[in-house]
Amino acid sequence: MEVKYKKTKGLTDSPLSYCPGCTHGIIHKLVAEVLEELGVLGESIVIASVGCSVFSYRFFNCDAVQSAHGRACAVATGIKRNLPDHVVFTYQGDGDLASIGIAETIHAANRGENITVIFVNNAIYGMTGGQMAPTSLIGQKTTTSPMGRMAEVHGSPLHISEIFSQIDRVAYLERVSVFNPRQVRNAKNAIRKAFTYQVEKRGFTMVEVLSSCPVNWGMTPVDSLKWIEEKMVPVFPLKVFKDKGVENNV
Amino acid sequence: MGKILMKGNEAIARAAMLGGLEAFFGYPITPQNEVPEYLSRYLLEEGKVFVQAESEVAAINMVYGAAAAGFRTMTSSSSPGIALKQEGITYLCGSELPCVISSVMRGGPGLGSIQPSQSDYNQATRGGGNGDYHVIVFGPETIQETIDILKEAFDIADYYRNPVMVLVDGLIGQMMESVDLTKPVKKRFLPEKDYAANGTKNHPGERHIINSLYLESNELEHHNLSLKKKYDLATANETRVELINMNDPDYVIVAFGTMARVCRSAIEKLAEKNIRVGMIRPISLWPFPSSVFETMDAPHLKGILCVEMNLGMMLTDVLVANNGRHSVGFFGRAGGVVPDPDEVVDAILHFNERVVK
Repeated sequence: MEVKYKKTKGLTDSPLSYCPGCTHGIIHKLVAEVLEELGVLGESIVIASVGCSVFSYRFFNCDAVQSAHGRACAVATGIKRNLPDHVVFTYQGDGDLASIGIAETIHAANRGENITVIFVNNAIYGMTGGQMAPTSLIGQKTTTSPMGRMAEVHGSPLHISEIFSQIDRVAYLERVSVFNPRQVRNAKNAIRKAFTYQVEKRGFTMVEVLSSCPVNWGMTPVDSLKWIEEKMVPVFPLKVFKDKGVENNV
Repeated sequence: MGKILMKGNEAIARAAMLGGLEAFFGYPITPQNEVPEYLSRYLLEEGKVFVQAESEVAAINMVYGAAAAGFRTMTSSSSPGIALKQEGITYLCGSELPCVISSVMRGGPGLGSIQPSQSDYNQATRGGGNGDYHVIVFGPETIQETIDILKEAFDIADYYRNPVMVLVDGLIGQMMESVDLTKPVKKRFLPEKDYAANGTKNHPGERHIINSLYLESNELEHHNLSLKKKYDLATANETRVELINMNDPDYVIVAFGTMARVCRSAIEKLAEKNIRVGMIRPISLWPFPSSVFETMDAPHLKGILCVEMNLGMMLTDVLVANNGRHSVGFFGRAGGVVPDPDEVVDAILHFNERVVK
């Protein structure tokens, strides 16, 4: 009998700790498949951040370093500068990357650290129980913005990819999502390109993935996917912000 | 090679290289700037890693990454900068990663001053990070001793898989002394770094995970107890102290680093007045050399004077170590003031006014 589909070798057998309907699992699978397809699992090191993905060191089938909240890109810098031929990537949420870790992330990008950042944006602090994130939408109700996010009080959603698109040493930057099968395929292509560029030593690569949080959004998994498409995408448009490979080919 | 004249901060940098430094991460702060400045040239020349980080927080976390990958790594800073590194230090301890930290103290609190001080004794020996952990801390007295300790510091860090801090003040950082870089240091057996997260291709069939997270209470307690065993071993094996003039003293001074230098002069001046004063000079500040207080044979001792360039920090360790046996007094200057030997002489002459307990 021919096997048509099987679990990627890029993931361990450890059960995922994510809530039902959360799209972290899909994103994990895409990253793991890409690492397997590129044949780089043996030289990969994942930096797990603090947040829902804190246990990603259990899930990716490669060496792993768990880092302090927000410091993943600094930790990745310390590793990659010493192991320049290895594949080093961080997996960070919006609280970790866009709030407490924005300095570490933006400076790693500006130095052109040859690492890949998987930035999972679900517009909320999931692990701690649904507090407002820098990427929460205007009007979005969270446990720390119970009347809804108000621009005049809380500021507006922070557009990380737009900000990072201004940085010279960023080699590849795309915002994708996983709310339907087509978007999942697009996301995988973006992740593959980011890791390929890292292997080719082109510089800093980041893929922002709009992701769901049914439990803390108070929605069903299906409604959550609709909310990404209808509410998040207009605020965080899906596009390639930077592709030095294409620029160099022109 | 014979002796050469070298500035303290540059000696720190060169000694770290001689100790096997492979990757340095730092952020500018006075009075330690010559450390990264020196390494930004000479470490890179050797094809090793130097990164000026965006902050002290980032620098210590870069150290965490380099140590996780199995490299000999170091950061350097001064008081407010070391404050920022506390987060990374507790993670290094929790994940059992070795590194060397050089701390060149200035006056505090807050932005304080850039003058030499010892007011980070508590910061170094107690730390400001969360959890049950210790950093092995040495407080050398001369540039030569700073060099000798730094050359050995990476071995000690690797042996215990724990950060080692070399604590000096801005005076030692900024002064020049003639030094010998070639003095041999103790060699110890170091196991392979079989924990390094350097890709499973280097250790097939086994994933290496660097982590300090233990959500189950029993698992974390088990981890805490295993760390404690390590700290007990360090206490037994790494405690260092110099005993000076301890033959039947009238008084004993306890001082470290720059303050011990000043006290040496004071002791000579007091000898001219026929007052016999010995000195306990802790070289390791954690572990603190408590046992010498127990074994001290001083039948005519009138008191122990703790002398510091702060308002009484090591004093706590002295009081605990003394355990009520003798009268303990304190003399200190703060804010970046380096006391004159005559002030120490005066403190001994008027010991009764200095008694704390």
